[in-house]
Amino acid sequence: MIPIDVRRVMRWGSMSGIVMVFTAAVGMLQAFEDRVVVYPVLSLGYLMLLWFAPLAGYQATSTPVRMGVEDPPRGLRNLAGGTLAGLWGGCILAAFTLVVDTFDLREVFVAFSPRMVELLTDGRGVPDGLPLTVLLPAALGLAGGACHLLAALARRRLVLALEWTLVVALLEPVVSQVLAHIGLVAVADLMFTLRALEWWAALAIAALVATVTGRTGESFGRLREHLFAADPARRTRNSVWLAAGVVALLVVVPQLLGSVLSEVLANVGLFLLMGLGLNIVVGLAGMLDLGYVAFFAVGAYTVGVLTSPLSPRFALEWTWWAALPVAIVVSAITGVLVALPVIRMRGDYLAIVTLGFGEIVRILFLSDWLSPVFGGAQGVLGIPGIPLGFTVVSGVDPQGVLYFALFFVLVAAWISWSLQQSRVGRAWTALREDETVAAAMGINVVRAKLNAFIVGAVLAGFAGALFAAKLGSVFPSSFELLVSIIILVVVIVGGMGNIPGVAVGAVVLIGVLGGPNVPGLLAEFAEFKLLIYGALLVFMMLRRPEGLLPSVRRSRELHADDLGQDAWLGGDGALTDAAGDGRARG
Amino acid sequence: MALLDTRGVCKSFGGVQAVAGVDMQVSEGEIVSVIGPNGAGKTSFFNLVTGLYSPDSGEILFEGQSIVGLQSSDITEAGIARTFQNVRLFLNMTVIENVMVAQHCRTRAGAFRAILRTPFLRREEAQIKARAEDILAFFGSRLVGYRIDQPAFSLSYANRRRLEIARAMATEPRLLLLDEPVAGMNPRETVELTALIRKLRDEWGLTVVVIEHDMRVVRDVSDRVIVLDHGVKIAEGSYDEVSSDEAVIEAYLGRPWEPDS
Repeated sequence: MIPIDVRRVMRWGSMSGIVMVFTAAVGMLQAFEDRVVVYPVLSLGYLMLLWFAPLAGYQATSTPVRMGVEDPPRGLRNLAGGTLAGLWGGCILAAFTLVVDTFDLREVFVAFSPRMVELLTDGRGVPDGLPLTVLLPAALGLAGGACHLLAALARRRLVLALEWTLVVALLEPVVSQVLAHIGLVAVADLMFTLRALEWWAALAIAALVATVTGRTGESFGRLREHLFAADPARRTRNSVWLAAGVVALLVVVPQLLGSVLSEVLANVGLFLLMGLGLNIVVGLAGMLDLGYVAFFAVGAYTVGVLTSPLSPRFALEWTWWAALPVAIVVSAITGVLVALPVIRMRGDYLAIVTLGFGEIVRILFLSDWLSPVFGGAQGVLGIPGIPLGFTVVSGVDPQGVLYFALFFVLVAAWISWSLQQSRVGRAWTALREDETVAAAMGINVVRAKLNAFIVGAVLAGFAGALFAAKLGSVFPSSFELLVSIIILVVVIVGGMGNIPGVAVGAVVLIGVLGGPNVPGLLAEFAEFKLLIYGALLVFMMLRRPEGLLPSVRRSRELHADDLGQDAWLGGDGALTDAAGDGRARG
Repeated sequence: MALLDTRGVCKSFGGVQAVAGVDMQVSEGEIVSVIGPNGAGKTSFFNLVTGLYSPDSGEILFEGQSIVGLQSSDITEAGIARTFQNVRLFLNMTVIENVMVAQHCRTRAGAFRAILRTPFLRREEAQIKARAEDILAFFGSRLVGYRIDQPAFSLSYANRRRLEIARAMATEPRLLLLDEPVAGMNPRETVELTALIRKLRDEWGLTVVVIEHDMRVVRDVSDRVIVLDHGVKIAEGSYDEVSSDEAVIEAYLGRPWEPDS
């Protein structure tokens, strides 16, 4: 009798089944059947369908680490457990296939087409293909379970190899463009067929990564130890160097990237600018603002109206530079106007009211009443670019926009960082921790909150001004609630309260997946972007609520129990040490 | 003139009269204890003085000025600081940050100076830090050393109470209200803190009002004791006077109360 944790196996099996059914049901399978990832074996549709099966197989038999309890030996139970989990998932998928094949549900579920059944059964149809539908996930589950039998290092090599191969395959446009730019067009042509990575190239990359990681893993560890040394002074100096390095990289990189990628990065910069602003309001001062897009809109419209020759009411035709201070002041005033009525509210109430304000601003710009000034649904067109003396930065020159956005992001990062370190930032933190006590310790709560709102509004106004010049036109539809939410998701997923965290969030979400109305690197996911955002958000909230790159303070907050336990364990160690000392002395 | 002067302060919550017309004078340089059974209205009284509640009626004067209706931050700025019965530190800030943040109303550098990193700001930041270290050093080696950069939640209960006092001291008060400062401390720590309360007056020149249940502390520390019961002041005087007062004994126990020496 093989000792298998049946409940665990069934749970992960069910999960993998549900993921597969869901992926098929939302139509990813058909949507991505033509986008081959690894030529000629794997299409993106199948990848999306099956990626979870090996993971479930692995998880189904992984033993939780328990202090003082010896792990049961690895072996047959891992293989059997993984296979069973995969098998169970496959059964669920097969049942689903059977249902889709038998009943015509296309009225309700558009994706439930005969083509889907064909894809699910590898073209063999029901019932001939059903064994395959069951056995393929089982085989993948087995593979996942088998990973337990590998040594830790080998396992890491395998995982990294798979990851990198997938990254290269999925980011084919980036890779081939970069290769083309450095004169290796031939290599790109050789590696990719019809946007898909050749199977031999995939194997080569996997092999390369697997051989390299063994050594780099160690040196990475040492590098990280060096960079994030315990000594705070050295850590600060190192992070300054790191930041300088990243900036230098960002100055060089746009030259290597084509204009499409620069465009993507420029959008990242724009959202990062807003993310940094919202991070101050939400991450530092702890006020959940769901109407943040309002300030973005105000900045963009102010610049639009003042600079455009086609602006409906005024024909001022200022330069962008003249309009920028006005945009900032107007955003700041809007910040005050929004803040004053809501400042005494806390938590959920504040969120709801700011959400309302965000919508009000959008609807005002859309309204007939203000359309003589803001153009209603037609918006403001013909906004000129940013004159820089030698050139004009506008949407047709994404690299210019990228440099420009980068500059503003640096300014915004400096503002956030220096405020965070200052008396003002400390007051915000205290406010977030306990408003009543903060007031009792002499912090003027209203003023501190107003400060946060104004700084946030100004940064969003910056972003809006840049957005107007980049796009050349502003419409009310660019400022929907969704934008506020996406910025919030960027901040949450990245790591609330931490500047590098927000940057990571912006790169991952806006850069890779794409923001509202802007494509990311994985442009093919555009249709499923929000779905993936949602799934990611749920996953993060469950598994890593502090974000990808959290601030020290917030991870403390969310893991206070673990830390308490660590401290207790550490303290215990210290006690025994002390006892040892005592004995030595005695 | 009394530093703190309350006249007929009343506060009720629904049908409960938490504070029912308390008159209380505290002179500069005094240490006054406020005692009374649970629910007597001691903490409510503190909340009224520090502006967390506003009184239904009555007058609260600080240095001769009425502070009724002021924001609690303004009251702190005027010179009244407090600690909380259920220790309320900024738990995720470090020890020194807790003390630094409390100097908020005594410092001036705003957002613009912070962004531009002006010399004024650098100087002020250095002062804030130095002052915080001074204040923490008041508690001996308890809060300095490696602990200074630890998050406040990693402190022991007694140290949290100490840090709360340090934080209150950082607001540069003239009047310090301590709400059960030795609750949860062991006898040795209690003795230590009793000495510190005296030092607060003698060396830091603070006037102190203490709510305390530990009668040894009350006896050792107070110049004067005020007894509250059901929101009403039932006795006032030296420890010996109060401890033999019939009304007080009845309020506490209903039978003669014998302090263990």
